[in-house]
Amino acid sequence: MAEESGNGRGYLAERGWRSWAYTMDHKRIGVMYLYTTIAFFLIGGVFALLLRLELLSPQARYFSDHAYNVFFTLHGAMMIFLFIIPAIPSGLGNFLIPLHIGARDVAFPRINLASYWVFVAGFLVVIASLVSPMDTGWTFYTPYSAKTGAAVATLSFGIFLIGMSSILTGLNFIVTIHKLRAPGMTWHRLPLFIWGMYATSIIQVVATPVVGVTFLLLAMERLLGVGFFDPAKGGDPVLFQHFFWFYSHPVVYVMILPAMGIISEVIPVFSRKPIFGYKAIAYSSLAIAFLGFLVWGHHMFTSGMSPAANAFFSFLTFFVAVPTAVKVFNWIATLYKGSITFESPMLYALTFIFLFAVGGLTGPFLGALATNVQLHDTYFVVAHFHYTMMGGTVMGFFAGLHYWFPKMTGKMLNEKVARIAWALIFVGFNVTFFTMFIVGVRGMPRRYAEYLPKFHVENVISTIGSVILAVGIAVMVLNFIRGLRKGPPAPGNPWRALSLEWQTPSPPDTGNFHEIPVVTDWPYSFGKAKGPAA
Amino acid sequence: MNAPPAGHGDPRVAFEAAKLGLWTFLATEVLLFGALFTAYTVFRVKYPAMFQSEHLKLNRVLGTLNTLVLITSSLAVVLGVDAIRKGKARLLERYFGATVFLGAVFLCVKYIEWTEEFRHGLYPGTNIFFSLYFMMTGLHGIHVILGMGVLAYVVVLSRRGRFSAGYHTPVEVAGLYWHFVDLVWIYLLPLLYLIG
Repeated sequence: MAEESGNGRGYLAERGWRSWAYTMDHKRIGVMYLYTTIAFFLIGGVFALLLRLELLSPQARYFSDHAYNVFFTLHGAMMIFLFIIPAIPSGLGNFLIPLHIGARDVAFPRINLASYWVFVAGFLVVIASLVSPMDTGWTFYTPYSAKTGAAVATLSFGIFLIGMSSILTGLNFIVTIHKLRAPGMTWHRLPLFIWGMYATSIIQVVATPVVGVTFLLLAMERLLGVGFFDPAKGGDPVLFQHFFWFYSHPVVYVMILPAMGIISEVIPVFSRKPIFGYKAIAYSSLAIAFLGFLVWGHHMFTSGMSPAANAFFSFLTFFVAVPTAVKVFNWIATLYKGSITFESPMLYALTFIFLFAVGGLTGPFLGALATNVQLHDTYFVVAHFHYTMMGGTVMGFFAGLHYWFPKMTGKMLNEKVARIAWALIFVGFNVTFFTMFIVGVRGMPRRYAEYLPKFHVENVISTIGSVILAVGIAVMVLNFIRGLRKGPPAPGNPWRALSLEWQTPSPPDTGNFHEIPVVTDWPYSFGKAKGPAA
Repeated sequence: MNAPPAGHGDPRVAFEAAKLGLWTFLATEVLLFGALFTAYTVFRVKYPAMFQSEHLKLNRVLGTLNTLVLITSSLAVVLGVDAIRKGKARLLERYFGATVFLGAVFLCVKYIEWTEEFRHGLYPGTNIFFSLYFMMTGLHGIHVILGMGVLAYVVVLSRRGRFSAGYHTPVEVAGLYWHFVDLVWIYLLPLLYLIG
C-alpha cells in the first residue's frame, strides 16, 4: 500500500465546540476521552502527592484522619473509575480500532457519542458527591459504606453511569471487530492491540452490569434500608464483597489487556522484527479474560470465606500467571536479535515489561494463602498493584501516547524531552513504590495517616520518589502541550510501522480511508518473514 | 455532523451488526439480573423457612394474570415482526401498539399489587424476601417501561414510513428486547410467587 502524505489537519479540520460535542467521528470521541481521562489522572495524582506529604511524618501532621481517608478514597476512585478503566479502551481504543481493522468508524457511532456523554454525566455526579466526600476507600465495603455520612448513594449513581458508558463502549467494539473488518482482514491478521481490546470489551460487557446492580443495591441500602448487606437485617456484608470483586477483579484485566496490546504493537516496530508467537499472544488475551472471572475470591481471603473456597480461589489464581507469562516471554523472544532502537515509545514499552514483571511476580505471594494473610492490607499490596497498574497499564498508556501522538495530532514530539521525562518517571516510580514492598513485608498497614516511627526513613524516601515521579509526569505533559502547539509536522508513518493506521495521513481524514483497504498480510512483516497465510 | 454510513454502507452488514449488538446487550442484561438472582439464591438457601412463609403474602392471582398479559404481549410482538417481514406496516403498528397497551396493563396490575402490599405494611426492608421482591420486580418494571418506550418509538418510525419488507432492523431489535423483558418475568413468577 502506498503511503499517503499528510496535508492539512485531517479529521481536526473542523473547528468550534459544536464540531466536538456532536461529533460521531470515533477519532474525535477518542480524543475527548483522552483529554478527560488525563485530566482526572492529574487530579488523582495530586491526591496521591497529598497522601505522600502526610506520610512524611509518623504522626498525622498536616491533615486530619478524616481528610486523609477522603484523599485516599478520591485518589483510588478517580484513578480507577475515571482514568485507568476508560483511558486506554475508550481513548486510544476508540481512536485506533476502526483504523486498525480498516473501517470508516465503529459499528454504532451514535452510541459511541452517547457513551462519552453518559461518562460526562457520570463524572459530574461523582463530582457532585464531593459535597460530602467519600471516606470509605475505593472499594466501598459495607457495613461502613452503608453507615458513613458521606454521599455514598450519589457516588454510587455516578459510578453506575460510568459503568453504563463502559458497557456501551465495549458493546460497540465487539460488534465493530466482528462485523466491520476490511476485506482480507482475517482474525489472524488483526493487530494484537485489537485482540487485547476484544478481550477487554467482553469483560466490560459481562462484568460491569454486576457492579452496576451492586452499587444500586448499596444506594437502596441507604435510601430504603433493603438490608442485603446488613447483618442486623439478616443480610451479608461478605456478599457485597463477592459482588464487588466479581466486577473489580476482572476489571483489572480491562486495565491491563489493552496496555498489553499496545506493547505488542510497539515492540516489533522498534525491534524491526515480526512479533514472536502471534497466536499465543492473541489467545492468551482471551485466556486472561476468561480466567479473570474465576479468581475474584482472592481479594477476600481474610473476609471469612470457607477454607475450601479460599483454597479453590488461591489455586485458580496461579493459573492467571500462565497466559500472562506467555505474553512476556513472547515479547522478549521478539526482542531477541532484533534491531532495537530506543525511541520514547519503546522506552516505555520496555519499562512496562520490567515493572510489570516485578508486579506480576509479587502476585503469587498474595495469591498464596499463608503469605496473603500476613501481607493482606499492608503496603506490600499497595506496591504490588501500583507495579501492575501504574508500572504496567500506565506505562503502556504512555507508550501508546508517545507512539500514536504523531498520528493523532499530526505533530512530532520533542524526543529529547520525552526521554528526560521517561528517565524521571522510571526513577521516581521505583523509588516511590519499591520502598513500599519493604515496609509492607515488615508489617506497615495501609490506609492510615500515622505509622510506627521505625518506618520513617522508608516513607521519606518514598515521598521523595513521588516528587521525582510528579516532576517527570509534568515534563511529559508539558512536552505534549509543546508538541501540540509547536511540534514539527508529522509524516504519515514516522516509525515505519505496517499496521493500517500508519498508511493514512497524519492526522487521518474524517472517513479514515479514501478507499477501504484490501488486506493481504499481517501487520508484522518486518524483515523478510511473512505472517501466517490467513 | 453526519455519521458515516453504517456497515460500510452495506445494509446486510448493518443488520447483522445491529443484531449482534442487541444480543451482546442482552448478555449484559442477563448479568444485571444475574446479580439479583444470585442474591436470591444465597438468601433462599440461608432462610428457607422465611421464603416459604413470606411468599404466601403475595397475590398469586394477579401474578398469574400478569404472566398471561406479558405472554400475550410477546405474541403480539412476534405477529408484528412477521407483519413487517411481509411489508405490512399498518399491521405492525397495530400489533406493536397492542404490545405497548399490554405493557401498560402489566404495570397497572403491578401498581395494584404494590399498593396492596404497602397497605399490609410490606415494604422493601421489611425482611430480606420482600427486599428481594421489590428490587427484582422494580428493576423488571423499569425494563418494561423502557421496552414500552422503545416499541412506541418503533411505531412512530413506522408511521413515518421507515420500514418495509426489505428494511426493518429496528423492529427486529426492539422485538428481541421485549422478549427478553418477558422472559425475565417468566423466571420471576415461580421464584417469587410459587415457592414450595
